Amino acid sequence: MRAYLDYASTTPLDERVLEAMLPWLREEFANPTGIYSLCQSAKRAVEEARESVAKLIGASSSEIVFTSSGTEACNLAVKGYALANRRRGRHIVVSAVEHMAVLEACRAMESQGFSVSVVGVDEHGCVTPEALEQAMSKDTLLVAVQLANNEIGTVQEVAKLAELAHEHGAAFFCDACIANGSIPIDVEELDVELLAMSAHKMYGPKGAGALYLAEGTRIEPLLHGGGQERGYRSGTENVPAIVGFGRACEIAGEVMQEEAERLRRLRDEMVRRVMSEIEDVRLNGHPERRLPGNANFAFAYIEGESLVLELDFAGVSVSTGSACTSPTLEPSHVLTAIGLSKAQAHGSLRVTLGRFTRKEEVEHFLSVLPGVVERLRKISPFKRGGEGYV
Amino acid sequence: MYSEILLEHFRNPRNMGRMENPDGVGKVGNPACGDVMHIYIKVGKNSSGEEIIEDIKFETFGCAAAIGTSSMVTELAKGKTLEEAAKISKEDVAEAVGGLPPIKMHCSLLATKGLRKAIEDYRRKKGDAGAGGEDSQHTQEG
Repeated sequence: MRAYLDYASTTPLDERVLEAMLPWLREEFANPTGIYSLCQSAKRAVEEARESVAKLIGASSSEIVFTSSGTEACNLAVKGYALANRRRGRHIVVSAVEHMAVLEACRAMESQGFSVSVVGVDEHGCVTPEALEQAMSKDTLLVAVQLANNEIGTVQEVAKLAELAHEHGAAFFCDACIANGSIPIDVEELDVELLAMSAHKMYGPKGAGALYLAEGTRIEPLLHGGGQERGYRSGTENVPAIVGFGRACEIAGEVMQEEAERLRRLRDEMVRRVMSEIEDVRLNGHPERRLPGNANFAFAYIEGESLVLELDFAGVSVSTGSACTSPTLEPSHVLTAIGLSKAQAHGSLRVTLGRFTRKEEVEHFLSVLPGVVERLRKISPFKRGGEGYV
Repeated sequence: MYSEILLEHFRNPRNMGRMENPDGVGKVGNPACGDVMHIYIKVGKNSSGEEIIEDIKFETFGCAAAIGTSSMVTELAKGKTLEEAAKISKEDVAEAVGGLPPIKMHCSLLATKGLRKAIEDYRRKKGDAGAGGEDSQHTQEG
Protein backbone atom coordinates (compact mmCIF):
# COMPACT_ATOMS: atom_id res chain seq x y z
CA MET A 1 0.00 0.00 0.00
CA ARG A 2 1.14 3.51 -0.83
CA ALA A 3 0.37 6.41 1.55
CA TYR A 4 1.19 9.90 0.29
CA LEU A 5 1.38 12.06 3.43
CA ASP A 6 3.47 14.95 2.18
CA TYR A 7 0.81 17.43 1.03
CA ALA A 8 2.81 20.36 2.40
CA SER A 9 5.51 19.53 -0.12
CA THR A 10 3.16 19.47 -3.05
CA THR A 11 -0.34 18.26 -3.81
CA PRO A 12 -1.57 16.07 -6.62
CA LEU A 13 -3.52 17.83 -9.33
CA ASP A 14 -7.26 17.68 -8.77
CA GLU A 15 -8.85 15.84 -11.71
CA ARG A 16 -11.24 18.78 -12.23
CA VAL A 17 -8.26 21.13 -12.46
CA LEU A 18 -6.63 18.93 -15.07
CA GLU A 19 -9.86 18.90 -17.09
CA ALA A 20 -10.01 22.69 -17.01
CA MET A 21 -6.38 22.94 -18.13
CA LEU A 22 -6.41 20.49 -21.03
CA PRO A 23 -7.93 22.72 -23.74
CA TRP A 24 -5.27 25.35 -23.00
CA LEU A 25 -2.55 22.78 -23.58
CA ARG A 26 -4.12 21.67 -26.85
CA GLU A 27 -6.14 23.72 -29.31
CA GLU A 28 -6.34 26.90 -27.20
CA PHE A 29 -2.65 27.63 -27.37
CA ALA A 30 -2.70 31.26 -28.48
CA ASN A 31 -0.88 34.13 -26.80
CA PRO A 32 -3.25 36.22 -24.64
CA THR A 33 -1.50 39.41 -25.75
CA GLY A 34 -2.74 39.22 -29.37
CA ILE A 35 -5.93 40.78 -30.73
CA TYR A 36 -7.46 38.04 -32.87
CA SER A 37 -10.16 35.81 -31.46
CA LEU A 38 -7.94 32.87 -30.40
CA CYS A 39 -5.87 35.29 -28.34
CA GLN A 40 -8.90 37.00 -26.88
CA SER A 41 -10.21 33.65 -25.76
CA ALA A 42 -6.93 32.98 -23.93
CA LYS A 43 -7.04 36.48 -22.46
CA ARG A 44 -10.56 35.86 -21.14
CA ALA A 45 -9.47 32.58 -19.58
CA VAL A 46 -6.63 34.32 -17.73
CA GLU A 47 -8.99 37.07 -16.51
CA GLU A 48 -11.56 34.53 -15.33
CA ALA A 49 -8.83 32.73 -13.41
CA ARG A 50 -7.76 36.05 -11.91
CA GLU A 51 -11.30 36.56 -10.64
CA SER A 52 -11.38 33.10 -9.07
CA VAL A 53 -8.04 33.63 -7.33
CA ALA A 54 -9.17 37.05 -6.08
CA LYS A 55 -12.53 35.77 -4.89
CA LEU A 56 -11.03 33.08 -2.66
CA ILE A 57 -9.14 35.71 -0.62
CA GLY A 58 -11.73 38.50 -0.75
CA ALA A 59 -9.72 40.67 -3.14
CA SER A 60 -10.72 42.32 -6.40
CA SER A 61 -9.25 40.87 -9.58
CA SER A 62 -7.29 44.05 -10.33
CA GLU A 63 -5.24 43.30 -7.22
CA ILE A 64 -3.89 39.95 -8.46
CA VAL A 65 -0.57 39.59 -10.29
CA PHE A 66 0.20 36.14 -11.69
CA THR A 67 3.73 34.80 -11.27
CA SER A 68 5.51 31.56 -12.11
CA SER A 69 5.53 30.29 -8.50
CA GLY A 70 5.09 31.08 -4.85
CA THR A 71 8.80 31.74 -4.64
CA GLU A 72 8.53 34.37 -7.37
CA ALA A 73 5.52 35.95 -5.65
CA CYS A 74 7.52 36.19 -2.39
CA ASN A 75 10.53 37.69 -4.16
CA LEU A 76 8.33 40.17 -6.01
CA ALA A 77 6.67 41.20 -2.75
CA VAL A 78 9.86 41.73 -0.75
CA LYS A 79 12.19 43.09 -3.41
CA GLY A 80 9.53 44.84 -5.45
CA TYR A 81 8.12 46.66 -2.43
CA ALA A 82 11.49 47.55 -0.93
CA LEU A 83 12.86 48.94 -4.20
CA ALA A 84 9.75 50.97 -4.98
CA ASN A 85 9.48 52.44 -1.48
CA ARG A 86 13.09 52.88 -0.40
CA ARG A 87 12.53 56.54 0.37
CA ARG A 88 10.13 55.52 3.14
CA GLY A 89 12.72 53.44 4.97
CA ARG A 90 15.56 50.96 4.63
CA HIS A 91 14.68 48.45 7.34
CA ILE A 92 12.88 45.13 6.79
CA VAL A 93 11.51 43.00 9.62
CA VAL A 94 10.99 39.31 8.95
CA SER A 95 10.05 36.35 11.15
CA ALA A 96 12.56 33.60 11.86
CA VAL A 97 10.22 30.88 10.59
CA GLU A 98 9.55 32.27 7.12
CA HIS A 99 10.01 30.10 4.06
CA MET A 100 13.48 30.40 2.52
CA ALA A 101 11.94 32.26 -0.42
CA VAL A 102 11.10 35.11 1.96
CA LEU A 103 14.17 34.93 4.21
CA GLU A 104 16.58 34.81 1.30
CA ALA A 105 14.76 37.55 -0.61
CA CYS A 106 15.11 39.77 2.48
CA ARG A 107 18.80 38.88 2.86
CA ALA A 108 19.38 39.67 -0.79
CA MET A 109 18.18 43.22 -0.10
CA GLU A 110 21.03 43.74 2.35
CA SER A 111 23.38 44.25 -0.60
CA GLN A 112 20.98 46.95 -1.86
CA GLY A 113 21.41 49.09 1.25
CA PHE A 114 18.61 47.63 3.36
CA SER A 115 19.00 46.23 6.85
CA VAL A 116 17.06 43.18 8.00
CA SER A 117 15.90 42.22 11.50
CA VAL A 118 14.79 38.66 12.13
CA VAL A 119 12.10 38.29 14.80
CA GLY A 120 12.20 35.13 16.88
CA VAL A 121 9.15 33.05 17.73
CA ASP A 122 7.84 31.38 20.87
CA GLU A 123 8.00 27.63 21.52
CA HIS A 124 4.94 27.04 19.32
CA GLY A 125 6.33 29.03 16.43
CA CYS A 126 4.19 32.15 16.99
CA VAL A 127 5.45 35.67 16.37
CA THR A 128 4.21 37.63 19.38
CA PRO A 129 3.17 41.29 19.05
CA GLU A 130 5.71 42.08 21.81
CA ALA A 131 8.56 40.55 19.83
CA LEU A 132 7.50 42.36 16.67
CA GLU A 133 7.16 45.66 18.54
CA GLN A 134 10.75 45.32 19.72
CA ALA A 135 12.06 44.74 16.21
CA MET A 136 10.32 47.79 14.72
CA SER A 137 12.19 51.02 14.12
CA LYS A 138 11.34 54.40 12.62
CA ASP A 139 13.07 53.21 9.46
CA THR A 140 11.01 50.01 9.02
CA LEU A 141 9.23 49.97 5.68
CA LEU A 142 8.14 46.34 5.44
CA VAL A 143 7.18 43.54 7.83
CA ALA A 144 6.99 39.95 6.50
CA VAL A 145 5.20 37.27 8.49
CA GLN A 146 3.64 34.16 6.97
CA LEU A 147 0.02 33.16 7.50
CA ALA A 148 0.95 29.56 8.35
CA ASN A 149 4.16 27.61 8.55
CA ASN A 150 4.84 24.91 5.96
CA GLU A 151 6.80 22.72 8.39
CA ILE A 152 5.03 22.92 11.74
CA GLY A 153 1.68 24.29 10.56
CA THR A 154 1.47 27.10 13.12
CA VAL A 155 -1.01 29.80 12.08
CA GLN A 156 0.08 33.34 12.93
CA GLU A 157 -2.15 36.14 14.20
CA VAL A 158 -1.52 38.13 11.06
CA ALA A 159 -4.32 40.72 11.53
CA LYS A 160 -2.89 41.73 14.89
CA LEU A 161 0.68 41.84 13.60
CA ALA A 162 -0.32 43.82 10.49
CA GLU A 163 -2.08 46.39 12.65
CA LEU A 164 1.08 46.80 14.69
CA ALA A 165 3.19 47.21 11.55
CA HIS A 166 0.81 49.87 10.26
CA GLU A 167 1.01 51.78 13.56
CA HIS A 168 4.72 52.08 12.83
CA GLY A 169 4.07 53.18 9.28
CA ALA A 170 5.30 49.94 7.70
CA ALA A 171 3.57 47.84 5.07
CA PHE A 172 2.83 44.14 5.66
CA PHE A 173 3.63 41.16 3.45
CA CYS A 174 2.03 37.83 4.25
CA ASP A 175 3.25 34.61 2.63
CA ALA A 176 0.09 32.51 2.40
CA CYS A 177 1.42 29.84 0.02
CA ILE A 178 0.83 26.92 2.36
CA ALA A 179 -2.32 28.33 4.00
CA ASN A 180 -4.33 29.30 0.93
CA GLY A 181 -7.02 26.76 0.20
CA SER A 182 -6.59 25.13 3.64
CA ILE A 183 -7.94 27.89 5.83
CA PRO A 184 -10.15 30.88 4.94
CA ILE A 185 -8.33 34.08 3.96
CA ASP A 186 -9.87 37.53 3.81
CA VAL A 187 -7.38 40.22 2.85
CA GLU A 188 -9.72 42.93 4.15
CA GLU A 189 -9.76 41.31 7.56
CA LEU A 190 -6.03 40.62 7.59
CA ASP A 191 -5.44 44.14 6.27
CA VAL A 192 -2.17 43.31 4.51
CA GLU A 193 -0.66 45.10 1.51
CA LEU A 194 0.90 42.02 -0.06
CA LEU A 195 0.05 38.32 0.05
CA ALA A 196 1.71 35.45 -1.81
CA MET A 197 -0.04 32.33 -3.13
CA SER A 198 0.97 29.15 -4.93
CA ALA A 199 -1.13 26.83 -7.10
CA HIS A 200 0.64 23.51 -6.49
CA LYS A 201 0.05 23.61 -2.74
CA MET A 202 -3.70 23.55 -3.33
CA TYR A 203 -4.30 20.89 -6.00
CA GLY A 204 -3.37 23.18 -8.88
CA PRO A 205 -0.37 22.76 -11.20
CA LYS A 206 3.25 23.63 -10.58
CA GLY A 207 4.34 26.75 -12.43
CA ALA A 208 1.70 29.19 -11.22
CA GLY A 209 1.68 31.57 -8.29
CA ALA A 210 0.13 34.92 -7.55
CA LEU A 211 0.77 38.06 -5.57
CA TYR A 212 -2.07 40.02 -4.04
CA LEU A 213 -1.17 43.66 -4.32
CA ALA A 214 -3.61 45.88 -2.40
CA GLU A 215 -4.99 48.83 -4.35
CA GLY A 216 -2.52 51.70 -4.13
CA THR A 217 0.50 49.59 -3.16
CA ARG A 218 3.52 50.31 -5.32
CA ILE A 219 6.12 47.72 -6.32
CA GLU A 220 8.95 47.55 -8.82
CA PRO A 221 8.84 44.64 -11.26
CA LEU A 222 11.59 42.03 -11.10
CA LEU A 223 11.17 40.95 -14.72
CA HIS A 224 11.16 43.53 -17.45
CA GLY A 225 9.90 42.92 -20.95
CA GLY A 226 6.60 42.97 -22.78
CA GLY A 227 4.65 44.51 -19.93
CA GLN A 228 2.27 41.64 -19.17
CA GLU A 229 0.46 41.64 -15.80
CA ARG A 230 0.14 45.44 -15.96
CA GLY A 231 3.90 45.69 -16.16
CA TYR A 232 4.46 44.00 -12.82
CA ARG A 233 5.50 40.71 -14.38
CA SER A 234 6.57 40.55 -18.00
CA GLY A 235 6.60 37.25 -19.82
CA THR A 236 3.93 35.42 -21.79
CA GLU A 237 1.31 34.12 -19.37
CA ASN A 238 1.41 30.42 -18.54
CA VAL A 239 -2.21 30.11 -19.61
CA PRO A 240 -2.84 26.42 -18.79
CA ALA A 241 -1.29 26.75 -15.33
CA ILE A 242 -3.12 30.00 -14.60
CA VAL A 243 -6.42 28.47 -15.70
CA GLY A 244 -5.68 25.50 -13.45
CA PHE A 245 -4.87 27.83 -10.55
CA GLY A 246 -8.21 29.58 -11.02
CA ARG A 247 -10.12 26.29 -11.08
CA ALA A 248 -8.21 25.11 -7.98
CA CYS A 249 -9.31 28.25 -6.14
CA GLU A 250 -12.95 27.72 -7.12
CA ILE A 251 -12.89 24.14 -5.82
CA ALA A 252 -11.11 25.18 -2.62
CA GLY A 253 -13.83 27.75 -1.97
CA GLU A 254 -16.47 25.05 -2.27
CA VAL A 255 -14.89 22.27 -0.20
CA MET A 256 -12.56 24.03 2.24
CA GLN A 257 -14.76 24.09 5.32
CA GLU A 258 -15.86 20.47 5.14
CA GLU A 259 -12.34 19.34 4.22
CA ALA A 260 -10.76 21.23 7.09
CA GLU A 261 -13.05 19.49 9.57
CA ARG A 262 -12.38 16.05 8.09
CA LEU A 263 -8.62 16.58 8.05
CA ARG A 264 -8.55 17.97 11.57
CA ARG A 265 -10.31 14.86 12.89
CA LEU A 266 -8.03 12.54 10.94
CA ARG A 267 -4.91 14.44 12.02
CA ASP A 268 -5.88 14.70 15.69
CA GLU A 269 -6.51 10.98 15.90
CA MET A 270 -3.18 10.27 14.17
CA VAL A 271 -1.30 12.56 16.57
CA ARG A 272 -3.01 11.02 19.58
CA ARG A 273 -1.97 7.53 18.51
CA VAL A 274 1.62 8.40 17.63
CA MET A 275 2.07 10.12 20.99
CA SER A 276 0.53 7.22 22.92
CA GLU A 277 2.14 4.33 21.02
CA ILE A 278 5.71 5.61 20.82
CA GLU A 279 7.96 6.76 23.66
CA ASP A 280 10.04 9.93 23.66
CA VAL A 281 8.28 11.77 20.88
CA ARG A 282 7.11 15.38 20.86
CA LEU A 283 4.66 17.27 18.70
CA ASN A 284 6.18 20.40 17.18
CA GLY A 285 4.11 23.50 16.52
CA HIS A 286 1.04 24.96 18.15
CA PRO A 287 -1.31 22.50 19.90
CA GLU A 288 -4.45 24.12 18.40
CA ARG A 289 -3.61 27.00 16.10
CA ARG A 290 -2.25 24.96 13.21
CA LEU A 291 -3.17 23.94 9.67
CA PRO A 292 -5.80 21.17 9.68
CA GLY A 293 -3.67 18.58 7.85
CA ASN A 294 -0.31 19.24 9.52
CA ALA A 295 1.52 17.18 12.11
CA ASN A 296 5.21 17.48 12.93
CA PHE A 297 6.93 15.11 15.33
CA ALA A 298 10.41 14.84 16.80
CA PHE A 299 11.52 11.29 17.63
CA ALA A 300 14.39 11.20 20.11
CA TYR A 301 17.61 9.21 19.48
CA ILE A 302 17.14 8.76 15.72
CA GLU A 303 17.68 10.74 12.54
CA GLY A 304 15.01 11.85 10.10
CA GLU A 305 16.51 10.87 6.76
CA SER A 306 16.79 7.26 7.91
CA LEU A 307 13.23 7.50 9.15
CA VAL A 308 11.96 8.88 5.83
CA LEU A 309 13.80 6.21 3.80
CA GLU A 310 12.56 3.39 6.04
CA LEU A 311 9.01 4.69 5.77
CA ASP A 312 9.45 4.98 2.01
CA PHE A 313 10.38 1.29 1.87
CA ALA A 314 7.13 0.66 3.75
CA GLY A 315 5.19 2.69 1.19
CA VAL A 316 4.82 5.94 3.13
CA SER A 317 5.86 9.32 1.69
CA VAL A 318 6.68 11.89 4.38
CA SER A 319 9.43 14.45 4.98
CA THR A 320 11.89 15.62 7.62
CA GLY A 321 13.66 18.78 8.76
CA SER A 322 16.87 16.86 9.37
CA ALA A 323 20.14 18.34 8.17
CA CYS A 324 20.94 15.10 6.38
CA THR A 325 18.37 15.89 3.70
CA SER A 326 19.25 19.56 3.29
CA PRO A 327 21.85 20.72 0.77
CA THR A 328 23.49 22.90 3.45
CA LEU A 329 23.63 20.09 6.05
CA GLU A 330 21.89 22.44 8.48
CA PRO A 331 18.74 21.31 10.27
CA SER A 332 15.46 23.13 9.68
CA HIS A 333 15.67 26.79 10.74
CA VAL A 334 12.03 26.55 11.81
CA LEU A 335 12.66 23.72 14.27
CA THR A 336 15.71 25.41 15.78
CA ALA A 337 13.74 28.70 16.00
CA ILE A 338 11.12 27.02 18.23
CA GLY A 339 13.89 25.87 20.54
CA LEU A 340 14.65 22.32 19.41
CA SER A 341 18.26 21.23 19.74
CA LYS A 342 19.96 20.29 16.50
CA ALA A 343 19.80 16.63 17.51
CA GLN A 344 16.05 16.89 18.11
CA ALA A 345 15.57 18.68 14.80
CA HIS A 346 17.43 15.82 13.09
CA GLY A 347 14.77 13.46 14.39
CA SER A 348 11.84 15.41 13.02
CA LEU A 349 9.14 14.00 10.80
CA ARG A 350 6.51 16.05 9.00
CA VAL A 351 3.27 14.26 8.15
CA THR A 352 0.79 16.31 6.14
CA LEU A 353 -2.64 15.15 5.05
CA GLY A 354 -4.78 16.53 2.27
CA ARG A 355 -7.84 16.27 0.07
CA PHE A 356 -7.20 12.75 -1.19
CA THR A 357 -5.92 11.27 2.06
CA ARG A 358 -7.99 8.27 3.08
CA LYS A 359 -8.24 6.88 6.58
CA GLU A 360 -6.56 3.66 5.37
CA GLU A 361 -3.44 5.60 4.40
CA VAL A 362 -3.14 7.06 7.89
CA GLU A 363 -3.79 3.59 9.33
CA HIS A 364 -1.03 2.15 7.17
CA PHE A 365 1.40 4.83 8.37
CA LEU A 366 0.43 4.16 11.98
CA SER A 367 0.88 0.42 11.53
CA VAL A 368 4.47 0.68 10.21
CA LEU A 369 5.79 3.64 12.21
CA PRO A 370 6.42 1.95 15.60
CA GLY A 371 8.48 -0.84 14.03
CA VAL A 372 10.56 1.58 11.99
CA VAL A 373 11.28 3.81 14.99
CA GLU A 374 12.17 0.79 17.09
CA ARG A 375 14.56 -0.60 14.46
CA LEU A 376 16.42 2.71 14.10
CA ARG A 377 16.57 3.12 17.86
CA LYS A 378 18.19 -0.30 18.05
CA ILE A 379 20.92 0.84 15.64
CA SER A 380 21.42 4.15 17.50
CA PRO A 381 24.04 4.51 20.25
CA PHE A 382 21.61 6.79 22.09
CA LYS A 383 19.14 5.08 24.35
CA ARG A 384 16.40 6.08 26.73
CA GLY A 385 18.03 7.21 29.98
CA GLY A 386 21.46 6.89 28.35
CA GLU A 387 24.09 9.54 27.82
CA GLY A 388 25.24 11.75 24.99
CA TYR A 389 21.94 12.73 23.38
CA VAL A 390 21.13 16.42 23.71
CA MET B 1 20.51 9.05 -4.78
CA TYR B 2 21.88 5.98 -2.94
CA SER B 3 23.29 2.83 -4.52
CA GLU B 4 21.60 -0.56 -4.13
CA ILE B 5 24.52 -1.78 -2.04
CA LEU B 6 24.28 1.10 0.40
CA LEU B 7 20.53 0.75 0.77
CA GLU B 8 20.92 -2.98 1.33
CA HIS B 9 23.42 -2.33 4.14
CA PHE B 10 21.12 0.34 5.57
CA ARG B 11 18.21 -2.09 5.65
CA ASN B 12 20.20 -5.10 6.82
CA PRO B 13 23.15 -3.71 8.71
CA ARG B 14 25.93 -6.22 9.50
CA ASN B 15 27.55 -6.38 12.93
CA MET B 16 25.06 -3.96 14.45
CA GLY B 17 24.70 -3.49 18.19
CA ARG B 18 26.68 -2.93 21.35
CA MET B 19 29.55 -5.24 22.34
CA GLU B 20 30.07 -6.54 25.86
CA ASN B 21 33.63 -5.94 27.13
CA PRO B 22 35.19 -4.71 23.89
CA ASP B 23 38.97 -4.48 23.59
CA GLY B 24 38.69 -1.09 21.91
CA VAL B 25 35.99 1.55 21.39
CA GLY B 26 35.92 4.44 18.92
CA LYS B 27 33.30 7.13 19.42
CA VAL B 28 33.10 9.79 16.71
CA GLY B 29 30.70 12.49 15.56
CA ASN B 30 28.33 14.79 17.35
CA PRO B 31 24.54 14.63 17.65
CA ALA B 32 24.34 18.30 16.66
CA CYS B 33 25.94 17.44 13.31
CA GLY B 34 23.55 14.59 12.76
CA ASP B 35 25.99 11.67 12.79
CA VAL B 36 27.36 9.72 15.74
CA MET B 37 29.16 6.37 15.44
CA HIS B 38 30.38 3.99 18.07
CA ILE B 39 32.68 1.21 16.84
CA TYR B 40 33.55 -1.68 19.16
CA ILE B 41 36.33 -4.20 18.44
CA LYS B 42 37.60 -7.48 19.87
CA VAL B 43 41.21 -8.30 18.97
CA GLY B 44 42.54 -11.81 18.40
CA LYS B 45 45.52 -13.39 16.61
CA ASN B 46 45.79 -15.09 13.24
CA SER B 47 47.84 -18.21 12.47
CA SER B 48 50.99 -16.14 11.95
CA GLY B 49 50.49 -14.51 15.35
CA GLU B 50 49.48 -11.09 14.01
CA GLU B 51 46.79 -9.12 15.82
CA ILE B 52 43.54 -9.12 13.91
CA ILE B 53 40.05 -7.74 14.34
CA GLU B 54 38.30 -10.84 15.52
CA ASP B 55 34.92 -9.23 16.09
CA ILE B 56 33.50 -5.79 15.42
CA LYS B 57 30.20 -4.04 16.12
CA PHE B 58 28.74 -0.61 15.57
CA GLU B 59 25.97 1.68 16.73
CA THR B 60 25.08 4.70 14.61
CA PHE B 61 22.80 7.72 14.90
CA GLY B 62 22.49 9.23 11.46
CA CYS B 63 21.28 9.06 7.91
CA ALA B 64 21.18 6.04 5.64
CA ALA B 65 24.69 6.85 4.38
CA ALA B 66 26.02 6.93 7.95
CA ILE B 67 24.37 3.63 8.85
CA GLY B 68 25.28 1.96 5.55
CA THR B 69 28.94 3.02 5.68
CA SER B 70 29.19 1.94 9.34
CA SER B 71 27.95 -1.48 8.36
CA MET B 72 30.35 -1.63 5.42
CA VAL B 73 33.41 -0.59 7.42
CA THR B 74 32.75 -3.38 9.92
CA GLU B 75 32.59 -5.87 7.04
CA LEU B 76 35.80 -4.56 5.50
CA ALA B 77 37.65 -4.62 8.82
CA LYS B 78 36.55 -7.98 10.17
CA GLY B 79 39.38 -10.53 10.05
CA LYS B 80 41.96 -7.97 8.89
CA THR B 81 45.15 -7.29 10.84
CA LEU B 82 45.09 -4.07 12.84
CA GLU B 83 47.61 -2.54 10.42
CA GLU B 84 45.44 -3.36 7.41
CA ALA B 85 42.24 -2.23 9.12
CA ALA B 86 43.75 1.10 10.13
CA LYS B 87 44.61 1.71 6.47
CA ILE B 88 41.01 1.44 5.23
CA SER B 89 40.35 4.81 3.62
CA LYS B 90 37.16 6.76 3.12
CA GLU B 91 37.53 6.08 -0.60
CA ASP B 92 37.67 2.33 0.10
CA VAL B 93 34.40 2.54 2.02
CA ALA B 94 32.70 4.78 -0.52
CA GLU B 95 33.76 2.44 -3.33
CA ALA B 96 32.60 -0.64 -1.43
CA VAL B 97 29.10 0.79 -0.98
CA GLY B 98 28.91 1.53 -4.69
CA GLY B 99 29.61 5.26 -4.43
CA LEU B 100 28.11 8.06 -2.36
CA PRO B 101 26.55 11.40 -3.25
CA PRO B 102 29.31 14.05 -2.85
CA ILE B 103 27.50 15.70 0.07
CA LYS B 104 27.51 12.36 1.92
CA MET B 105 31.24 11.64 1.58
CA HIS B 106 31.85 12.83 5.14
CA CYS B 107 29.80 9.84 6.36
CA SER B 108 32.39 7.39 5.03
CA LEU B 109 35.12 9.52 6.57
CA LEU B 110 33.38 9.20 9.94
CA ALA B 111 33.19 5.42 9.61
CA THR B 112 36.93 5.02 9.00
CA LYS B 113 37.70 7.53 11.76
CA GLY B 114 35.60 5.49 14.19
CA LEU B 115 37.47 2.32 13.27
CA ARG B 116 40.89 3.96 13.65
CA LYS B 117 39.88 5.40 17.01
CA ALA B 118 38.80 1.96 18.21
CA ILE B 119 42.18 0.50 17.17
CA GLU B 120 44.03 3.38 18.88
CA ASP B 121 41.92 2.83 21.99
CA TYR B 122 42.88 -0.85 22.00
CA ARG B 123 46.58 -0.07 21.54
CA ARG B 124 46.52 2.54 24.27
CA LYS B 125 44.85 0.16 26.73
CA LYS B 126 47.22 -2.65 25.76
CA GLY B 127 50.19 -0.31 26.00
CA ASP B 128 49.24 0.52 29.58
CA ALA B 129 48.48 -3.06 30.49
CA GLY B 130 51.62 -4.29 28.65
CA ALA B 131 53.84 -1.87 30.54
CA GLY B 132 52.31 -3.09 33.80
CA GLY B 133 52.88 -6.74 32.79
CA GLU B 134 56.56 -6.21 32.03
CA ASP B 135 57.02 -4.46 35.35
CA SER B 136 55.57 -7.39 37.22
CA GLN B 137 57.83 -9.77 35.31
CA HIS B 138 60.86 -7.70 36.26
CA THR B 139 59.76 -7.88 39.88
CA GLN B 140 59.50 -11.64 39.65
CA GLU B 141 62.94 -11.87 38.11
CA GLY B 142 64.37 -9.47 40.67
